[in-house]
Amino acid sequence: MSELIKVGMADYKVGRNPSSLISYGLGSCVGIALYDPVSKIGGLAHIMLPDSTQARSAENPAKFANTALPLMLDEMIKLGAVKSRITAKIAGGAQMFTFANATDVMRVGERNSEAVRMLLKKMDIKLVADDTGGNYGRTVELQLDTGIYRVRTIAKGEKEL
Amino acid sequence: MSDEILNLSNLQLDALREIGNVGAGNSATALSQIINRKIDMTVPKIAIMPLGEVPDVVGGPDAMVAGVYLRVYGPAPSSILFLLPRDSAFYLVDMLMGREQGHTTSLNSMDESALMEIGNILAGAYLNALSHFTKLTLLPSIPALAMDMAGAILSVILIQLGQMGDHALVIETEFTTESDGVKGHFFLIPDPGSLNTILAAIGVKE
Repeated sequence: MSELIKVGMADYKVGRNPSSLISYGLGSCVGIALYDPVSKIGGLAHIMLPDSTQARSAENPAKFANTALPLMLDEMIKLGAVKSRITAKIAGGAQMFTFANATDVMRVGERNSEAVRMLLKKMDIKLVADDTGGNYGRTVELQLDTGIYRVRTIAKGEKEL
Repeated sequence: MSDEILNLSNLQLDALREIGNVGAGNSATALSQIINRKIDMTVPKIAIMPLGEVPDVVGGPDAMVAGVYLRVYGPAPSSILFLLPRDSAFYLVDMLMGREQGHTTSLNSMDESALMEIGNILAGAYLNALSHFTKLTLLPSIPALAMDMAGAILSVILIQLGQMGDHALVIETEFTTESDGVKGHFFLIPDPGSLNTILAAIGVKE
């Protein structure tokens, strides 16, 4: 039976074929999908911020890219995934509101995707597809039978990564 | 505990609720004058909830909403977000533009300007109340508008809160017209440190 596993904001979940992992309404947050095509084990993280070391409160590791990813990777490996086969796809990191003089507060989406790219490189996980930026929200779904990462938007339709 | 809002006393929460009450009252009066209809306002609910649950307040992370966002400048920098379900936004635009109800199904640039102006007036009325209580001069930026998924729009303010903790203090007021056409949610989100400034200014700092 195929199961749709929901991933909330500042959370991550792992699963295996034939489940799907879904996260609704990403804006400036980034949805990071990791997938091992052989074991068909995957993980989806909905991160809000890039780096726990720059935050005042870091009690929830799933909120930050740098703490969520190693934990999610560990859980996938425990299920039977092999790190060398795992690739990443990312989506999100939008700037929902545009102001003439955008402050750092407003550009957090851009900084999120940039930090996630650097982190994946550091962890030696290949980024094979991405759909980041823009000024619109995204709902993302990682299908664990195929590894397809489906990105749905209201204004720009739907695409598969 | 690093989450400063979890440490608020009952007295402080009452003070914030009272500010929310007067602020939202001012906003409702302003809105009522613009659309020339009676607006009812619920007594503000004050809730401290995990960040991930905030989108549920407005129908879930994938609900379609219009959001008007403003930055607040001054000694207590904050963000203001006024959220309307899509149908309420269309209803409001029809009312403002003198069109038949149900006419609008997407927003043109005039409609967008009208919604931003509504956000501007509501925020101004709210900030007047807050300034009156705190004696702090708080000024709103020009508004920005987005029509999208609630989770995506809320992420802008939730991420700011996420830098401080894992919970949001939500002062939520619902506006309704007599024919239940317009529902709106008003969020005031103080930047890190601003909540302390506000509490100190109204004399309820621990």
